[in-house]
Amino acid sequence: MPSPRECRFTETHEWLHIDEDVVTLGLTQYAANELTDVTYVEMKSPGSTILPGESVGEVESVKTTSDVYSPVGGQLLEVNPDVAADPSLLNSDPFGRGWLVRIRTTDPSPLDALMDQTMYDTKYPTG
Amino acid sequence: MNEPSEGFSPIAVSGATLVKIMSTTTETSMMLRTPFHEFHVNQRAKMVEFAGWEMPMLYHSIIDEHRQVRAAGGVFDVSHMGRLRFTGRDACRFLDHVCTRQIFGMADDQARYSLVCNEQGGCHDDVLVYFFGDDEYMMVCNAANRLKLLDHFQRVRGDFEFELHDETAETGMLAIQGPKVMELIKPLAPEVTELKRYRFLRKDVLGATVLVSRTGYTGEDGVEIIMPAALAAAALGFLVGDMDADNSPVKPAGLGARDTLRLEAGMPLYGHEITEDFDPLAAGLKFAVKLDKGDDNPDVGHFIGQDALRRIAQDGPTRRLVGLFLDGKRTARQEMKVMRDGAEIGFVTSGCASPTLGKSIAMAFVGADHAEPGTTVQVDLGRTMAHAEVVKLPFYKAG
Repeated sequence: MPSPRECRFTETHEWLHIDEDVVTLGLTQYAANELTDVTYVEMKSPGSTILPGESVGEVESVKTTSDVYSPVGGQLLEVNPDVAADPSLLNSDPFGRGWLVRIRTTDPSPLDALMDQTMYDTKYPTG
Repeated sequence: MNEPSEGFSPIAVSGATLVKIMSTTTETSMMLRTPFHEFHVNQRAKMVEFAGWEMPMLYHSIIDEHRQVRAAGGVFDVSHMGRLRFTGRDACRFLDHVCTRQIFGMADDQARYSLVCNEQGGCHDDVLVYFFGDDEYMMVCNAANRLKLLDHFQRVRGDFEFELHDETAETGMLAIQGPKVMELIKPLAPEVTELKRYRFLRKDVLGATVLVSRTGYTGEDGVEIIMPAALAAAALGFLVGDMDADNSPVKPAGLGARDTLRLEAGMPLYGHEITEDFDPLAAGLKFAVKLDKGDDNPDVGHFIGQDALRRIAQDGPTRRLVGLFLDGKRTARQEMKVMRDGAEIGFVTSGCASPTLGKSIAMAFVGADHAEPGTTVQVDLGRTMAHAEVVKLPFYKAG
């Protein structure tokens, strides 16, 4: 799993890590803290086409329901089966076992405009 | 934060404390803090704004804190709730004028749940009224409604002779709830374990008087404790010891767990099941509405909203509060539509993934024709519909 140092971050609190043409996407610790306990995760099915900026699924917590967005488009390759079985992984290990989806992208350029870890942590500190 | 409305004036001079604090807080800290604030910060709670107060939503996990209360015990800071003291010759008559439940005839050291209604039979708030004897009462109200109630009482006080003192700022309040709470309290105050439900006592602790009632809002046994603010932090340590110890029977629990616990217990929450627009009869709170109040006793008088509620009771409520079990794991949220055979029949008031039952549960108002347990309905979750079954409340009863 990626170290947060190698990730890019969105204003909607997703982290993205690119390895060749495959982007792994999850929610940040800040997002997990804001959501409170995650109770349910429903991502789109593998094979789905994702447009840049589109929702890849929904995450429900005790307090709220929230969309998860991907700034990059492509084909959804894989959904993490572990978070469906144990949604609390998003709270306990958001950068590790709590990853959400993998997307094969033909255009990773939207990543360049995203924040790096220092910028993100400065803007959204988890204390 | 809810600022006091323009022209608001506290009823008693001594009750002006909070208003003064609110008007002098600067932009750096607009929120009110409870006497347990430092404790929350030390426990690294996630603090949120709630009705103008800075309150702990959770310490570690809402679900863990919920389970802790069901299995052993939890301590909640509920100091944000309003505490209003009524004294004087007409205190009882005034409270009977504004409360749906009868206050006259309460026993000393008894607490009673009531609604405070508007003329149309909608609810200004739900409250607990404590009777101390000798024309002295305390009303505990919801934090979000404290200023609204003070304003309401000012407008309807007429010629009633009584004093009203807002003690919210000068006191703190804890709820200690769970099956092991009485074991914890017994060595400190054995008389507390003898209290019946909705009874209270006053006890000297660390040189000050605290009020301990056998009441709560979780569906578990337990107590609620009101104490002077200056004593609050010390009292917390005295009562529950070191909560960080692994073997501590009680742990801190936040507002998040308080909400899921009360929902499992089928207890209404102001702003969800109780509002200015909903009558308490539809919400299943008939037990707290004395429709014939004052009919046979001119000393008691009628309450505001009584005529409207009598008409509603006569005609039968058009909607009812029900429980729902949803199929699947999605959570129903407030205001989602409830459907039956393609027609809208009601709306969700509260919902959560029940930590105790492992099911998606909700409360909803539905048309009276659709309230029968076993009725199959659908909840409109936005992108999908979930099947649901109407069930009796509460979802959970302590064993």
